[in-house]
Amino acid sequence: MSADAPSRFAVLLDSDFVYSFRKSRVTLIATLVTVSIIMAALLAPWIAPHDPFDVATLSLLDSELPPAWAEGGDPHFLLGTDNQGRDVLSAILYGSRISLAVGFVSVFFALVAGVAVGLISGYFGGLVDAIFMRIADVMLSFPTILVALLVSGIVRGALPREMHENAALAVLVFAIAITTWVQYARTVRGSTMVERGQEYVLAARLVGRSSASIIFRHILPNVMGPVLVIATINLAMAILIEATLSFLGVGMPPTNPSLGTLIRVGNEYLFSGIWWVVIFPSLTLVVLVLAVNLMGDWLRDALNPKLR
Amino acid sequence: MTATSEPLVSMQGLKKHFDVSPPWLNRMLERKPRLHLRAVDGLDLEIPRGTTFSLVGESGCGKSTVARLVVGLYAPTAGSIRFEGTDLTDRPAGDPPAIRRRMQMIFQDPYASLNPRWRVRDIIAEPLKCFGMLPDRASEDREVGRLLELVGMNSQDGEKYPHEFSGGQRQRISIARAISSKPDFLVCDEPTSALDVSVQAQILNLMKELQRELGLTYLFISHDLAVVHFMSDFIGVMYLGRIVETGPARQVFANPQHPYTRLLLDTIPDITMARRDREPVAGEVPNPIDPPPGCAFHPRCPFSDARCRSELPELRNAPSGARTACHAVAEGRLADGPVRAVPSTPAQMPT
Amino acid sequence: MKQSGPLLEVRDLSVVFDTRRGPLTAVDRISFDLSPGEILGVVGESGAGKSLTGTAITGLLERPGRIGGGEIRFEGNRIDNLPPEQMRRLRGRRIGAIFQDPLTSLNPLFTVGRQLVETIQTHLDLGREQARQRALELLAEVGIPAPEKRIDHYPHQFSGGMRQRVVIALALCANPKLVIADEPTTALDVSIQAQILAVLKKLCREHGAAVILVTHDMGVIAETADRVAVMYSGRIAEIGPAAQVVKAPRHPYTEGLMGSIPVIGTGADRLTQIEGSMPRLTDIPAGCAFHPRCPCARADCAAVRPEPRPVGDGKVACVLYDGGGI
Repeated sequence: MSADAPSRFAVLLDSDFVYSFRKSRVTLIATLVTVSIIMAALLAPWIAPHDPFDVATLSLLDSELPPAWAEGGDPHFLLGTDNQGRDVLSAILYGSRISLAVGFVSVFFALVAGVAVGLISGYFGGLVDAIFMRIADVMLSFPTILVALLVSGIVRGALPREMHENAALAVLVFAIAITTWVQYARTVRGSTMVERGQEYVLAARLVGRSSASIIFRHILPNVMGPVLVIATINLAMAILIEATLSFLGVGMPPTNPSLGTLIRVGNEYLFSGIWWVVIFPSLTLVVLVLAVNLMGDWLRDALNPKLR
Repeated sequence: MTATSEPLVSMQGLKKHFDVSPPWLNRMLERKPRLHLRAVDGLDLEIPRGTTFSLVGESGCGKSTVARLVVGLYAPTAGSIRFEGTDLTDRPAGDPPAIRRRMQMIFQDPYASLNPRWRVRDIIAEPLKCFGMLPDRASEDREVGRLLELVGMNSQDGEKYPHEFSGGQRQRISIARAISSKPDFLVCDEPTSALDVSVQAQILNLMKELQRELGLTYLFISHDLAVVHFMSDFIGVMYLGRIVETGPARQVFANPQHPYTRLLLDTIPDITMARRDREPVAGEVPNPIDPPPGCAFHPRCPFSDARCRSELPELRNAPSGARTACHAVAEGRLADGPVRAVPSTPAQMPT
Repeated sequence: MKQSGPLLEVRDLSVVFDTRRGPLTAVDRISFDLSPGEILGVVGESGAGKSLTGTAITGLLERPGRIGGGEIRFEGNRIDNLPPEQMRRLRGRRIGAIFQDPLTSLNPLFTVGRQLVETIQTHLDLGREQARQRALELLAEVGIPAPEKRIDHYPHQFSGGMRQRVVIALALCANPKLVIADEPTTALDVSIQAQILAVLKKLCREHGAAVILVTHDMGVIAETADRVAVMYSGRIAEIGPAAQVVKAPRHPYTEGLMGSIPVIGTGADRLTQIEGSMPRLTDIPAGCAFHPRCPCARADCAAVRPEPRPVGDGKVACVLYDGGGI
């Protein structure tokens, strides 16, 4: 490339895409919040003031302390402690870690499976398409939570009891992915059917490119835009489903709690006046989901040429 | 046509019927019949080497379907396609590579024919890569640069993406890709109908130059008779999946026989403003799923009679030197009908 | 309202798009008049600003586009600064519009009869039965066979050509004085195109409506228009009687454009071509916008934008004619 041509990075910075991002204050804040929560969760072992899972450091003397600013609060425990003397802030940091991990991993699996099914269905059509899409119809006709409950119930039933805690994360990811891949599949199938008929794909067929090669090199890059939008919005949804499942007691165990588990556990103390144990994890969940959703909304608009 | 040597491309009894039936469940429950759209319904044509054969007709006449059948994008329902005598009838696009390399295609929509996520360089090099024509990337780069300059662009343009170019430039890129595998035969499916006239002139001139320099044979698909007149040595006028008149372009334009050819010639807007207040011909193209019996053109034809409504006319030699599928022409009933004469064009003589 | 004088006067009209890199001028100070009953063809290549001119006159410009300057007078009154509500009323009653894709002008959920009757009743003081009668007359006028039967059909039951006829009927419901037709035949086959143009021409003559016919097709202009405005890069390069512009173009751009159209009956082996392509809105050259592609360009072409000068019965914006014409 010649020296005076602007670099790809400079071109990207100058693009309408980045411009619309910089101009939308809501999106900027949402991104900032999301990134902070993700960073905090990632760095939990280093920035958390306490290790909520190290039983040795827990002291019942510190139990049920209110937040630091309230009467009777302890500056060591910024957001207070629960009935076992666990620091709520630390528990939230570690809990976000689990929630985000479940979210990202389940989105990843759902995306890979959904995109693959969508590409194959849309490109080849016919019987394959009919079978895949009827399966998708069936999946869509059940409420997501119901399917997730069902799947996690079945897996739990199939596994020996002592494995439940270790398998909880995998079960959650599986349950969420199996209920959300349909959205990717349907969207990608639709776009693939459009792209398949485009003349650039015909040109590739004329030079003898294989179907697999056309799908990966030509079609996939052109159908990923909407997939990114769904992935972002589904990340928020996956975190919520995880929280719901954990809240219902079929998700992460209290020994390795996610935000949902924290809310469930805290919920039991709400009426005894210990509000901080449930309120702060709930707030974190709301803020995280809201922020990710706002990013998804912006992404959808920014990638939609009709709204430019 | 009295081609002495073997034609480069020939088609015999070519048919393509699309199944447009409602889904199985609807057919069973609502007792709907199977429906077939006869896009191409029995087509014979031969394209002599080094010439341009144009198929012309209104939308839905099946001309684009023929283009896609020839290169193997569609599998024919019946009939055969041969390239230099090799039967390609049931071979898909790109197969066998040794022959498909020699037949490429230029598309209609310059905005859809180039993958927006690929650099121009990679787009043009795709046939080179897929047919394994060059040993390394460096020779590929050189070849892409040469091709870009051949179609009137800058060899540096390869590093850019398609969206950085205008419609005309994109069509040049599309042409560069089509000729990169050194083909003998190009199928051009409405290559200028999405372009402005001044750009159309550039592209048509370029295509003629390339034909001369590279000895190309074109199958040229268009709805624009003036463009076809400029480009062609031979033409075939299509109506509802069949050729109704075919022959050397000069003859067909100078002495159109079939009433449909006359209609088409009569309705094109005339920039010489000579015929401003003429009465336009009435009627529309019928639905190809349920074409009229007999000659498909009879409902719009001023010369139709009972035979036209019941018996399908075959292509026969007409006195003009063309071949016409029309009972009225064969019976000489057209003699006192209006014949729109067009001055002949010596430059269009096929060699 | 003056009895004589132009129906529509456009003076120094500009259409501007506000972008984050500043305003882009898509139509740049164009002026023309339209007499009652006249058919003015506005022709140009994609991006020349021809459709925007029509859109600006109908008051249908959408953000980020806006009128950046100049005046539009209809029957002597300014309409470029009317409040949207008044403009909407004017648009139905006095100014009709026909667009390229008839499907966008028709509501797929209602029968064409219902749409016609509603439009007629909005603008004319007629009862239901009378309005239906009028709708039937209109459908017959635009050449739809068996209107009594077709009036209760939905738009999808019509072919493209028939749909465009319905749209013409819809545009002529209230007997407008001006019809803006934006590429009305581009989506149609040539044989249908000729029919539609004939209907448009006949009806506008009978109803006494003037037409602004926006098209990229010189053939359509030559067949239909009384006068032609040739646009390039948002400016009028040449305007004049159709016969003059088509047969004896004066502006080098019009000349090149006409030469690039293949004509049956000529034996040329090569078409005249204008090198390059129309500049993008972001880099319209200084001076005459056409000068980088112009075979007759001189040094001063890059410096001064030529103003339209009277040449023959029309006007041409080119330095070649700055000396007072030939």
